[in-house]
Amino acid sequence: MSEPSNANPALDGARPELKADPIARGLLANHGKIERNVTLLLVLSLLVVTIGGIVEIAPLFYLQNTIETVTGMRPYSPLELAGRNIYVREGCYNCHSQMIRPFRDETERYGHYSLAAESMFDHPFQWGSKRTGPDLARVGGRYSNDWQVAHLTDPRSLVPESIMPSYGFLSQTDLDMRDPAAHLAANRDVGVPYTDDMIANAAADLRVQTQPDGDSSGLLARYPKAVVADFDGNPQRLTEMDALVAYLQMLGTLVDFSAYDPQENQR
Amino acid sequence: MKFSTETMLVGLAAFLALLGAGFAADQPFRQHAYVLFVVLALATIFLMRRIDFSGDKMIPLRADRPAGGSGEAAGARPSAAGGGGSVAYMDDVVRYGVIATVFWGIIGFLVGVLIASQLAWPDLNLQPYLNFGRLRPLHTSAVIFAFGGNALIATSFYVVQRTCRARLFGGNLAWFVFWGYQLFIVMAATGYVLGITEGREYAEPEWYVDLWLTIVWVAYLVVFLGTLVRRKEPHIYVANWFYLSFIVTIAMLHVVNNLSMPVSFLGAKSYSAFSGVQDALTQWWYGHNAVGFFLTAGFLGMMYYFVPKQANRPVYSYRLSIIHFWALIFLYIWAGPHHLHYTALPDWAQTLGMVFSIMLWMPSWGGMINGLMTLSGAWDKLRTDPVLRMMVISIAFYGMSTFEGPMMSIKSVNSLSHYTDWTIGHVHSGALGWVGMISFGAVYHLTPKLWQRERLYSLRLVNWHFWLATLGIVVYAAVMWVSGIMQGLMWREYGEDGYLVYSFAETVAAMHPYYVMRMLGGAMYLAGALIMAFNVYKTIRGDIRREVPMGGTQTLQPAE
Amino acid sequence: MDFEYQAMRTFADSWGLVAMALFFLCAVGFVLRPGARRAADEAAAIPLKED
Repeated sequence: MSEPSNANPALDGARPELKADPIARGLLANHGKIERNVTLLLVLSLLVVTIGGIVEIAPLFYLQNTIETVTGMRPYSPLELAGRNIYVREGCYNCHSQMIRPFRDETERYGHYSLAAESMFDHPFQWGSKRTGPDLARVGGRYSNDWQVAHLTDPRSLVPESIMPSYGFLSQTDLDMRDPAAHLAANRDVGVPYTDDMIANAAADLRVQTQPDGDSSGLLARYPKAVVADFDGNPQRLTEMDALVAYLQMLGTLVDFSAYDPQENQR
Repeated sequence: MKFSTETMLVGLAAFLALLGAGFAADQPFRQHAYVLFVVLALATIFLMRRIDFSGDKMIPLRADRPAGGSGEAAGARPSAAGGGGSVAYMDDVVRYGVIATVFWGIIGFLVGVLIASQLAWPDLNLQPYLNFGRLRPLHTSAVIFAFGGNALIATSFYVVQRTCRARLFGGNLAWFVFWGYQLFIVMAATGYVLGITEGREYAEPEWYVDLWLTIVWVAYLVVFLGTLVRRKEPHIYVANWFYLSFIVTIAMLHVVNNLSMPVSFLGAKSYSAFSGVQDALTQWWYGHNAVGFFLTAGFLGMMYYFVPKQANRPVYSYRLSIIHFWALIFLYIWAGPHHLHYTALPDWAQTLGMVFSIMLWMPSWGGMINGLMTLSGAWDKLRTDPVLRMMVISIAFYGMSTFEGPMMSIKSVNSLSHYTDWTIGHVHSGALGWVGMISFGAVYHLTPKLWQRERLYSLRLVNWHFWLATLGIVVYAAVMWVSGIMQGLMWREYGEDGYLVYSFAETVAAMHPYYVMRMLGGAMYLAGALIMAFNVYKTIRGDIRREVPMGGTQTLQPAE
Repeated sequence: MDFEYQAMRTFADSWGLVAMALFFLCAVGFVLRPGARRAADEAAAIPLKED
């Protein structure tokens, strides 16, 4: 892409005092090029804006100590994943963070500060940027299933000060996850270690997690600590409420902190 | 004007959208495909009504119409009786762009006032479609991408033609960029309401909408670059540097940040390519540079053209603008990690982000000084020209928020400000103050010129807009400072017994009066924008309000 | 890996920083050199030439 009218490089149309400038023949000639040549401007500015991103982001992928070594992390069960998708869909991240900072008040209020390892299977991450509501990184197991359902349905019935919208419609909406295996497979494509076993049993695992009377041994073997319950209190239907509460109830519960050594994972 | 090929393509696309709805893999995709079908079907009907079926060849009388180059004739109109006159600028698309800017601006501000009200009065949430979580992305996207994006596309098309003294490259490609971008906006906005989102702030649209935007954006780059290449002015004016870096960088950020794996070819859901900490930094590398290049570099391009133009004097220091440009685009890209202070992001990345954020203060203020000092020796114009005043206050807000930003990126400050309304206030002093006001200034500058009117319908109304908007921002930012800092302090307050004093719910309750006041600040800003819409409408119609000139006493003074 | 990271970090804190500062100063000096004044003034006048 060179310009037709300006075939003569750099100093063409030369102003007299430009030629008189001693530097002009050397450096200045090139400077003229930068200013006048579109392609060069394009390439140079692209180069300049690339450097920062490469230096900061690329090392995160190969520096070993970016993600701590922990025990207990596992991929989401199909129902939890479905719940997480609802969490994303409803834009919960607009008001709730999932990232506890290492301050005394935050660890007292919410629990152990968040580790990078705890979101290593999160596509996308949901750390959030605003706490209009409280942090949810460790909300799992903090309230009962009934409390969660009642709170989602009518937040102000339980917390009068709350300004959260109501999500009662989730109990009325059947969970639409036609092909859970495809969701697991897509996650595997981007690096989540779902096994063939997990993918093959995805549809069954999705259902059995809401059936306390069912045989959930396979589910629990594949997804240790998964909470099995009829979350929304309606055994007839598998609703979006089931999925969302299943997700909320496992948040922050996986890592075994008794086996975690902060010194080992200093970054 | 003939658009038979285009009409067929749009009609075909409408049919494909219908097929997509029929074979959709999930419910949201089906709903979204129906939306797309309706939009494209309407566009097809609209285009068909404009086709001249009589055919040029059949009617000899029309043969002697001025023949443009193939695909060049559309939208051709000689430029206003300006100095050059020899180049026929393509201004129709800019006219559409100005109207779209005003339209989307009002939509964006309106949704903003609505969600601000929802925070004050939660019963205004209407589940599921109009819940805060779905509307907040609608607000941010509408103001950033619909209002800001249209302002940038329209002004860049206008500025690049004037400063290159060349017609837009690519003929109807510019129209494709305009309409393609509107389609992107409609698909993104309807997607949010239907719950179709990637869950990444300011990059919420799902994969297929992202792909569409990529195509439109490449076309935009082609139009802009092509115009630069065929310029008659030997030098590329610095405004175009900023516009170009904005287009190129946004392309890079958009593509990398939206890499994701769709679950199904005909399904809405996708999973992002990165996870956890890497995903977080990629997202905020994108997010911060959406601020840096979309909301800063692009609008600086606007400033470097429209402020000299409105003040009728060259920019204060052209050489400062060169340093400003390179320093700004180099430093900005590093600043993303300051959104992740004290998170699970490694410390070295946080420190790097903080250092570069603080350094960024310098080039930012270089730009502010350059803009403000352009008026040196002509400050008196502020008294009589409310449009210029609007541009100047926008630069002042730019200076203020680019000081506040680096300050908030210091880790100890950030430990208090992060997660609170302070961040929201900061963003709005930049968005309402800088981006909004410079765009209003450009709209007021462009409207009489594009529609060849003697002047705006009313400068007094511009003055009303100016004060409503300024007061609105001041109320908004001040209220958010107070509520943000209060929130941060309440969260960390310990009593003498060694326990946390406030439950989270108590801190929420304490915010209520501030949320009400914030809503009022936003409503004032919206009211100003409505006045602008009225003023622009009357100007386009050609009305001129008889009114006492601004700074009225001037007429009594002897001529200088 | 850790060693590589340390080496890069040390370099960035010392010579890398000096090199970047020098490059910046050279770039500023280059842009502000007296001979460029006229060219800059001409470029600055571009928007005012026509509507």
